[in-house]
Amino acid sequence: MGATHLPATEFDGTGVDDQLEAEAEAVLGEPAAPMVQLLGPDGTLGEDSVFSEYANRLDAEKLRGFYADMAAIRRFDQEATALQRQGQLALWVPLTGQEAAQIGSGRASQPQDYIFPTYREHGVALTRNVDLAELLRQFRGVSNGGWNPKDTNFHLYTLVLAAQTLHAVGYAMGIQRDQQLAASSDPAGTEPPAAVIAYYGDGASSEGDVHESMVFASSYKAPVVFFCQNNHWAISVPSTVQTRIPLSNRAKGYGFPGIRVDGNDVIAVHAVTEWALDHARQGNGPVLIEAFTYRVGAHTTADDPTKYRQSAEEDAWRAKDPLARLEKYLRSAGLADDDYFAKVKADGDELAAYVRRTTHDLETPDIRSAFANTYVEPHPLVAEELAWFEQYSAGFDDGAGSDAAAGEAAN
Amino acid sequence: MTTMTIAKAINEGLRAALTNNPKSLLMGEDIGPLGGVYRVTDGLIAEFGPDRVVDTPLAESGIIGTAIGLALRGYSPVCEIQFDGFVFPGFNQITTQLAKMHARSNGNLTVPVVIRIPYGGGIGSVEHHSESPEALFAHTAGLRIITPSNPHDAYWMIQQAVECQDPIIVFEPKRRYWLKGDVDVEAPGRAEDPFRAHVLRDGTDATVVAYGPLVPVALAAANAAAEDGHSVEVIDLRSISPIDFDTVTQSVQKTGRLIVAHEAPTFGGIGGEIAARISERAFLSLEAPVIRVGGFHMPYPVAKVEEDYLPDIDRILEALDRALAY
Repeated sequence: MGATHLPATEFDGTGVDDQLEAEAEAVLGEPAAPMVQLLGPDGTLGEDSVFSEYANRLDAEKLRGFYADMAAIRRFDQEATALQRQGQLALWVPLTGQEAAQIGSGRASQPQDYIFPTYREHGVALTRNVDLAELLRQFRGVSNGGWNPKDTNFHLYTLVLAAQTLHAVGYAMGIQRDQQLAASSDPAGTEPPAAVIAYYGDGASSEGDVHESMVFASSYKAPVVFFCQNNHWAISVPSTVQTRIPLSNRAKGYGFPGIRVDGNDVIAVHAVTEWALDHARQGNGPVLIEAFTYRVGAHTTADDPTKYRQSAEEDAWRAKDPLARLEKYLRSAGLADDDYFAKVKADGDELAAYVRRTTHDLETPDIRSAFANTYVEPHPLVAEELAWFEQYSAGFDDGAGSDAAAGEAAN
Repeated sequence: MTTMTIAKAINEGLRAALTNNPKSLLMGEDIGPLGGVYRVTDGLIAEFGPDRVVDTPLAESGIIGTAIGLALRGYSPVCEIQFDGFVFPGFNQITTQLAKMHARSNGNLTVPVVIRIPYGGGIGSVEHHSESPEALFAHTAGLRIITPSNPHDAYWMIQQAVECQDPIIVFEPKRRYWLKGDVDVEAPGRAEDPFRAHVLRDGTDATVVAYGPLVPVALAAANAAAEDGHSVEVIDLRSISPIDFDTVTQSVQKTGRLIVAHEAPTFGGIGGEIAARISERAFLSLEAPVIRVGGFHMPYPVAKVEEDYLPDIDRILEALDRALAY
């Protein structure tokens, strides 16, 4: 299946979107990529010749789960923002508006898959069972990671944009080699096939590493799904500066399918990601998914969107809110009632309380752990500098405790 | 004991690594049927196949970045960068990702990636083909850097690099690829610590520290000085990160004079780091300031004048004269 065979589905765009589409069509000389959408902003479920099959597999429990996940991560986002405002976090990177793109894609992954996020994928982290309090370590300044990726197959956040897209392709190349090694030792193939998801955004799409990762992935048919959240803003620069055509169209140039999906439609995102992961796991090579969504909040808590965009644009996207539309659908289909939504809200508050409580207790590391983790194997320079540090620190007290000494030194 | 060139020794070392470690693989541009532009990987694709000797797209960031991913999946990739001056498209991946992965994961992740870089000048080539960028990498914590100067070290150090659990760059002295020497393919080669310097020649009047392509030059300078009655100790540094300061310190405590020679520009270079450390460790032993012999603060010059740029025997002897004059 190629990108050109994807069904055309109507997207309820704003005036801004319509203008972008018209401009893209002028550049391309043909209509821009169709947008896969199953659940519209009015909460009604549509049909799609390819992806409805995936949507139809979702039972009531799964659909309610999507809602609960999205509500939980939005509540977490609010709590983390509040913690930053109160000085408990150095920085926060809000995800509000992108819940469907993250929950839908994350829930499409299997435990054996491996995920490479950028740094805003808190929703994906939730689907991978990362302890959300641990996720805040990086933003509290007590760790550059915070969780062990080996526990969840959810890699650390990467702050140098797009660097992780290459790691994802290399990891997928490793999966290919594992399968070959397994084929010789285990012809029955008891290990479930795995794939990799590389998350990045419209801003990072301009980085050279995205290009190189797609070249490598295509050449070796690596089992990787490139999941681009086009949230329309790279801090203050609109996506029109990064591209004049839909980002999903770029896949065609590399020779693999590109799918553009309504990123605020959790059902469609889940469907296309399941399709893409199946495609990759079956040995058919990479897929690019562009999830068309919007960063409703600031880039980070240090950002001020009023400097570069109109509130009318934000309002237009709030009207396409991913939670509201799923709630409408769940209610109209009789899959959830007031009691359910009250429970979800209470669960969210409980999560927020847990995160708040745990954040206060996050342990400040000893700089000795930084000495210990710079290299795997013993290193004489590190040992020499550590020995100096110990001696220096000891000079500040009478051996009562070097932590106190280090603190005093810092003061 | 077998006689072979440095290029052949690396080839044999890589063959041994690929044989001993089924999770090791080679990646790079033109390393397959061609065997690399210097033929260092000659014949390996025929023996190990295209999944373990991987001709990659022409993209250095892609090579390093995918090697990191492979390492995260449990593999031991050995990347070939075609020439020193072409490593920079991969510089970001090396310095911001590869070097830091173990630290930023609080020790949970290891990325045992080897990066082979033919380096240095003296081959009459076009620009970007003769540079010595080792200091840029030595300044980055998390990386290890070694540079063999003879076939025996080349054979063993490339294998030790593959076994090393830290990311490691092997700077290969490209103008010495065809230098022949004896290689002991049996132990005790394996037991020698790749991060220790070797005293190649004993002396009492001065110490010359060199590494990679300048080791034979330093030895020749010491021989010439001997004819003038000066006893010069020569140390092959072998490892640039970490640096074996103990061996250098012990030598300077004996000789009282130190000259450090490398092709890289002296400013901000390895020689400056050694000078500073030795002035701290052996200040009272020094009879003269530590003198650096190296490249000038300019882009590597055109081939027709590179002889005026590269440290040679006379430049080392001139530095020796200055040191002895104190």
